[in-house]
Amino acid sequence: MSGIEVRNATKNFGNVHALSDVTVHFEENKIYGLLGRNGAGKSTLLNVITGRIFADGGEVLVDGEPSLENDQALGKIYMMSEKNYYPESMKIRDVFAWTKEFYPDFDTAYAVRLAERFELNIDKKVRSLSTGYSSIFKLITALSTNARYIILDEPVLGLDANHRDLFYKILIEKYSENPSTVIISTHLIEEAAGVIEHVIIIKDGKVIRDESREELMAKGYTATGAAGAVDQFTADKNLLGTDILGGLKTAYILGKLDRAAVPDGIEISKMDLQRLFIQLTNA
Amino acid sequence: MNLEDERPIFLQIAEQMEDGILSGAFPEETQIPSTTEISVNYKINPATALKGINLLVDGGIVYKKRGLGMFVNTGAEKTIRGKRKEEFFENYITKLAGEAKKLGLTQEEIISMIERGFSK
Repeated sequence: MSGIEVRNATKNFGNVHALSDVTVHFEENKIYGLLGRNGAGKSTLLNVITGRIFADGGEVLVDGEPSLENDQALGKIYMMSEKNYYPESMKIRDVFAWTKEFYPDFDTAYAVRLAERFELNIDKKVRSLSTGYSSIFKLITALSTNARYIILDEPVLGLDANHRDLFYKILIEKYSENPSTVIISTHLIEEAAGVIEHVIIIKDGKVIRDESREELMAKGYTATGAAGAVDQFTADKNLLGTDILGGLKTAYILGKLDRAAVPDGIEISKMDLQRLFIQLTNA
Repeated sequence: MNLEDERPIFLQIAEQMEDGILSGAFPEETQIPSTTEISVNYKINPATALKGINLLVDGGIVYKKRGLGMFVNTGAEKTIRGKRKEEFFENYITKLAGEAKKLGLTQEEIISMIERGFSK
């Protein structure tokens, strides 16, 4: 099977279950949103996929091949992480050249063009970059590798609004011209929501949602009204949580809405991805 | 594009293109923006943009010219107007009646408001 398959991955750090029997399939040429709260297990999962750490159990297959100590399989994946793995004294220009050693399809001309669009001086050293530009140079590197599987862990960390906007546009341009699998892990959910095709939500080391954004969004809604009426309405529904403002109650519900069955006095509205995420991952 | 809008994004895309046709921005037999242009502009997944465009194809609003792109059909403007008029009752009148009932407005009061709105 093509794509990245994670099968029954388990990882414990001491008595913390960072991953518990995680099975997910990242298909080819789709943009994924990997969402989870801090400590939910996102980074552990990504590190297991890229072979940076070893799982205690389970396996990862890349295009059907086990990726464990398999350079050819791992070479199809590029991960941009929050942490900087490049030598601090290296110039950005040299980072590009160096990356090309490991990723032969790296497009240097494209990387230089992107650097111009972000106004990044490639003669600067890694050390001298601000948080925002540090993210930018790593983003540019990731998008230029032409890897089949690109993982972006917190890609917009420290970027100003204009640069975030530019990043999403460039990502879509790149994806349209030369599709690849992109896995975006971010806390800035609303901004990424439009770009994401498929959502995977992790909580306490387990996958709690794995479905298309559209399907997921169609399921979440809120019902607002007098507390008593709302309680009655939600009695037979999958209630995620509630907010109370005086006598007014808002219920967050997961499920298919039957508009005809909504009584007078109850207002229905949709939940956006971020609100849905918050309700799904609240303790 | 409004991600917080209740309707799915692909429907909003189709509607925006239709609005463009109604406003004369995309005259009949001219090209509409490509899926890539639309997705980059609105920062949405190309699959979503494509779904929106396919809706227009199914509705006979646009058609594909091989190797060139999507073009506005002759008669598209009329088709859209017809469809929008049908949707008008559902989208505006039912909502209006519902809100009016909530506020205790009478039918007469609403009619006089509509007259006031038209005279503006």
